[in-house]
Amino acid sequence: MGEFEVHRVRFFGLVPAGVRCMAYQHRGCRLALARTDGAVEVYNFAANYFMEKAIPGHQARSVEALCWAAGERLFGAGLSGDITEYDLERLRPARTVDGFGGPIWSMAANNDGTRLAIGCEDGSVKLFQVVPGGVQFEKNLDRQKGRVLCLSWHPSGTHLAAGSINFIRVLDVRSGNELPQRGSKKRECVVWSIAFLSSGTVISSDSFGRVQFWDWERGTLQDSHTVSTSAVLSLAVSEEEDSIVVGTSAGATYQFQLLPVKAGGQEKRWVRTKPFQHHTHDVRAVVHTPTALISGGLDAQLVIRPLMEKVQKKGYDAVLRKFTFPHRRLVSCARKARLLLFQFSQHLELWRLGSTNKTGTPHSAPPHLQGPEHIYCSCVSPCGSWIAYSTASRFHLYRVQHEGDSISVKKVPGVPKLLLPAYQLQCASDSGRLFVASDRGSVHVVQLLEPGGCKHLHTICVWCCSGTREAVYLLASSADGNWLAAVSGDWEVHIYSLKHFKHHCTVPTYSCAVTALAIHPATNNLFISYSDQQLFEFSIPEKQYTAWSRMVQNSGLHKLWLERDSPITHIAFNPKNTSQILLHDVYMLCVLDKSLPLPDNNTLLVNQSTLKQLSEPARRRQLHAFKICKKFQPLLFADLLDERCLVTVERPAVDISAELPPPVQQKKFGT
Amino acid sequence: MVAPAALRVVRCGGGALHGARAVFSVGARQAGRFLLCASGDFVKMYSVATEELVRLLRGHGDLVTGVQLAPHNHLQLYSSSLDGTIKLWDFTDGILIKTFTVGHQLLALYALPASEDSVFVIIPKRDTYQLVSVKLTKAAGQDMEAKELSVVLEGVDASPKCTAFGREVYSPLGDWLLSLLFKFSLRATNKKGGNNVFTCVACHPHEDCIATGHADGKIRLWRNFNHKKEYTFSTLHWHHDKVLDLAFSVEGTSLLSGGVESVLVQWHSGSDCKKDFLPRLGSAIEYVSISSDGTFYCTSHTDNRITIINSNLRFSKTIQGLIKARDIKTGLVVDPRTKALVLNGEPGHLQFYCLQSDKQLYSLDIVQQEYIHQAGLNQSDLARVAFSAQGKWLATVEEREETDLELQLKLWFFDEETQSFRLNTRISMPHEDHVTAMCFRDMDEMEDDSLMLVTTGRDCVFKVWVILEDTDPEGNWSCDFVGSYHGYQATNCCFSEDGSLLAVSFEETVTVWDSSTWDLKCTFCHPPGKIRTICFGRLTCSKYLIGATDHGFLCCWNLLSCALEWSAHLNVVVLQPDPLSEYIAAFSWLFKESSLFVFKPNEPRPICIQRKFCKERIQFAAFVPRDVPETIGSEKYLWLRRSQLFFLTDTQELMTVSTKSLEERLTLSSKQLAVEESLPVTPFSLLLGKHRQQQSQEDVDLGKILLHTPAHVLPSASFLCPIFINSLLVSKENKSVEEAPAEVEMESEGAEDDSDEENTVTEMKQEDIMPTESLGETTHKLSKSEEKELRKIRKTDYSWISVF
Repeated sequence: MGEFEVHRVRFFGLVPAGVRCMAYQHRGCRLALARTDGAVEVYNFAANYFMEKAIPGHQARSVEALCWAAGERLFGAGLSGDITEYDLERLRPARTVDGFGGPIWSMAANNDGTRLAIGCEDGSVKLFQVVPGGVQFEKNLDRQKGRVLCLSWHPSGTHLAAGSINFIRVLDVRSGNELPQRGSKKRECVVWSIAFLSSGTVISSDSFGRVQFWDWERGTLQDSHTVSTSAVLSLAVSEEEDSIVVGTSAGATYQFQLLPVKAGGQEKRWVRTKPFQHHTHDVRAVVHTPTALISGGLDAQLVIRPLMEKVQKKGYDAVLRKFTFPHRRLVSCARKARLLLFQFSQHLELWRLGSTNKTGTPHSAPPHLQGPEHIYCSCVSPCGSWIAYSTASRFHLYRVQHEGDSISVKKVPGVPKLLLPAYQLQCASDSGRLFVASDRGSVHVVQLLEPGGCKHLHTICVWCCSGTREAVYLLASSADGNWLAAVSGDWEVHIYSLKHFKHHCTVPTYSCAVTALAIHPATNNLFISYSDQQLFEFSIPEKQYTAWSRMVQNSGLHKLWLERDSPITHIAFNPKNTSQILLHDVYMLCVLDKSLPLPDNNTLLVNQSTLKQLSEPARRRQLHAFKICKKFQPLLFADLLDERCLVTVERPAVDISAELPPPVQQKKFGT
Repeated sequence: MVAPAALRVVRCGGGALHGARAVFSVGARQAGRFLLCASGDFVKMYSVATEELVRLLRGHGDLVTGVQLAPHNHLQLYSSSLDGTIKLWDFTDGILIKTFTVGHQLLALYALPASEDSVFVIIPKRDTYQLVSVKLTKAAGQDMEAKELSVVLEGVDASPKCTAFGREVYSPLGDWLLSLLFKFSLRATNKKGGNNVFTCVACHPHEDCIATGHADGKIRLWRNFNHKKEYTFSTLHWHHDKVLDLAFSVEGTSLLSGGVESVLVQWHSGSDCKKDFLPRLGSAIEYVSISSDGTFYCTSHTDNRITIINSNLRFSKTIQGLIKARDIKTGLVVDPRTKALVLNGEPGHLQFYCLQSDKQLYSLDIVQQEYIHQAGLNQSDLARVAFSAQGKWLATVEEREETDLELQLKLWFFDEETQSFRLNTRISMPHEDHVTAMCFRDMDEMEDDSLMLVTTGRDCVFKVWVILEDTDPEGNWSCDFVGSYHGYQATNCCFSEDGSLLAVSFEETVTVWDSSTWDLKCTFCHPPGKIRTICFGRLTCSKYLIGATDHGFLCCWNLLSCALEWSAHLNVVVLQPDPLSEYIAAFSWLFKESSLFVFKPNEPRPICIQRKFCKERIQFAAFVPRDVPETIGSEKYLWLRRSQLFFLTDTQELMTVSTKSLEERLTLSSKQLAVEESLPVTPFSLLLGKHRQQQSQEDVDLGKILLHTPAHVLPSASFLCPIFINSLLVSKENKSVEEAPAEVEMESEGAEDDSDEENTVTEMKQEDIMPTESLGETTHKLSKSEEKELRKIRKTDYSWISVF
């Protein structure tokens, strides 16, 4: 692999926002997740849990509830009092409808996805009909005092259970009448979450740490389990209604199962079974998929805990997964100027790298962001003199002037009006052009002019040639400035010729999401990594996969490589050695040497430490193409500044937890 | 009574009460409730109401490993033992009904209601153990072979806690359960780092739920295990160390667990949050059991104690046997006041153990520090104990070894008002190094001002402590004299009987000091070899000093001539003089076997030699004075007349030697009447009771015999009537048996002539009771009439009684 001088950067102060709510779409195997800053993400479970789509948040838009309705439409509701439908193609809120009931605390869609019920601050439950092109108010159900914190539909759609402070109500949807209610007045008991089973059992979880099972027709308590001393915040039921999962504010999740009391007997009982402690903070959202328990907490972690008994074979699905960081690149690097640009949700930071043996690095003033919108994407040009970023409605371009150690940032006037938002920005390697990925598969090419101006050159439209409506989310340009590769939301990779501004070819479609791509500076081969951890190399001039890529596909990759958790988020090349490719995901850094043989399943994949102990000839025999380094964890970004110099950006988990509020105090034995 | 020729080693009480789970007998009232537990070779039956030992079921030849009520007759009891037999008892009457010989060592016993004629036992099979079911034949006869074994499961654990039976026994579940357990136990050990090895298992009485305890302190409740893969479990975690036993309540609504924390935890409805505790139970909980109606719980502890707990987790009763301390440093000491055996008990405590009632009298907190259960923590423990002659003073030495040694000498004064010891003087660091021995000047008639204590230490000195009375009316102790000899370590000390001489051994040398002037009188040694123990002879032999060296020599020096009187080649481990006679007992350890030698110092030839009588090394021994001298026929065992010899083996088994044969001991049942006491009171019994009080003790309790002898073996009523009437009459002769033995003789002989047959019955009974009395405190000399009767019994043929 060779030796590198490493800039080990640990000053990227990213604190991911906590998970607020989740919604799982059983048919499409997609999980929609809303964070506390209002960002909405969609994970595709079929594509190895890849974060397929991300809609950045907005200061004024909090999301308290998410649900899928009418097929693949995603609705969110929040404390702004609006119901928002998200446009998952253009990755932005499409329409909003005011609920007229004050802040909305809860929302639920019925089983066939035709109706939405919202629970409002004023204690009303309102029904909305999902119609093409939006939602339509249908009726108001009986109003009560106290905010409605949770809602659940009976699977038949005739009744609705609503939980508020001290009360659980069951509402008849047709008449709007209220059925027997119950509550206690002694201490304020907040019903945080509720579920309505087809058997007529209402399950509630409350701030006393109880999970209670009610018979709604008789209004009696069937069973009560005290799970925790702190509140039980979230609850989810499996599709077969024989298992539920609850999340507590102490960071633990518990599974309850409906089990027969005796073998072969009819009598069944809810039994608390497995406890899991994966979070340090409140578990605000849980989801029960057929094969896994998914929990999201305020510590920003998304944990997918497979149910071993439901997973048929050992493999990718049978492993516990934790996601803390988005599957996106938040760092861009100006290689020549040795600058790093960090993208936060509402601001950017530009840092200059010092020498490797120094601890601190001076940084420049970040460009300030106006407005409540969050940043979609950002980029710094390789020469370090241009910074660009985009929010939902604006595109900004800055000129950076270096005067010795000080830096001045000046906004470039006269930015062309482009189709917004931009989902990805990419500077050409000569810093002369900026590529702006836009929706409907189009890419704008903007020429950057000295000493501080720009001009819209051309718009390349994928839509024209393939008819896709999805936005482009990844870009790669070649070093010689001739080629541009763009990936749209339907995972197609299009290659354009920048000389003629026309479509060159399309990479053969593959059934998984593209996580990263790059064009080799010397050979113009497009290197693509997919979310199922496969690697492809596509020769742009020849419009076909290279021989190496075919060889990889024939022999297959190592089993351990395919079972890794996190997708590759960045690809870089060694400028001096054309056969070496640098890949990284959150947990490892890999130098792929195409000149060496591929490892088979019997050899050790991570063999760097064993190789060191071997003699020279033995080492030669043991060498294989994947040289993996796990020293830097969790790794957000790694790039080669030159052939001898590597920059890595880490964000240690302890640093994140130090910035979170203290968790619920729990007595630990022996302390 | 003629003593048999052989001297036998007998386990004398103090047996572990935690050999197996205890069982409660079924009874309507609390008064009629008994707790049955295995203790050594016996099954002990305690009254739940009074915690008294009611009955001792003797008959097994080795450790009892399992006790179970017969599932279909709750007045019967199965017990299994390492001697390979299962015995069926009628425990209310203490009758052995049947003995089934299995022929293998039985390690655990399970009796289930579903299988009427078979029980399950665990037997060893080469290196592993297997669970087999034993078919118990119903044929008549006392001794039976039970050879019909069918293997249920191979490779089970030897511990009875690692097997449990669920609700549907011997149906697939029974198998399932066990195979499940062992399937998981294999997996558990494979896991990385986690210490979740199974330690115990319990089954829910009504549901398909198994609770397992783990070495990491977790309890897992397994459900749905009859599906191949979709089993599920929930975890209960409170214990910080091994879960030692688990028990479900009768209804299965709560689970009891216990561990080394000595806290009984009650988990309600399998929830982690709802739990109750009964803390401070004293020591680690070995077994937990529940009475069949759920009103009592009982926990057996590692310190040989059974605690009975009410179902509302309220502490009820405790049955304390001899506490087995981890390391007995004090040796066996006899408290002169109570004649109780005193030794290390709980950590930092001194236990007073009554040998007669096999019960702990009390426990004296010496260290007075909270004991913390933590591995690797050095805490103060009691090292030496000495009593003054009358038991008025108690001296204790406690030590704690951290980086440097901490020593404390405490002197306790017996307070007559509170009837307990009160701390008088505390001396920290009496010696620079470990205290090796300690003794009071041992004179009964001496005044208090001549009382002194001598301690010897490894710091090469011995110190003499006396009371200074200027500050306190009781006085305080302070050091009076420090003696040393050539810088050798002082190892032993001993006062002569009259207190005028003190012998202190310094490694190879014994020095004799005048106790009034502290002059060194003379020295003895027997090179090579250091002195292991020394003692002075008593009574007629007080001019002799006996010492044992670790090179295997026993020496006797004459103090008058200052010369070696005799020596014998004998590897003596323990040398114990009898305080009431000249006899000295020496235990040797040779070829992995212990031998006992009893000798008088003035005769070099031992009086009694008992070679290889015990396989274990003897650690300590003590002569405990008898309340009443025993009648011993054989000359050889005369030394046992006034004192009884007790000794403690390496495994902390308390043993004694007895001249009585096994059969005699078997017929003993110490408290036969206790059962009858719980019988309802009738007018008839009141009438009888009155008369019984009037009768003198040695009189035959005819009415009782009449009532307790099966009707079909009694002679006709007309025959019995005059005798009965006679017995009710207040006879002048009966009152003055001692004064007019001749008359009694006449009287009784007349009665014998009247009804020969009847009297044999009564005499049989009498024989049953008599040994009890001779063992107990109320022993009296045999009256002439009784002796006469005894003589007669030997002549009579009572083979006809064997039908019952």
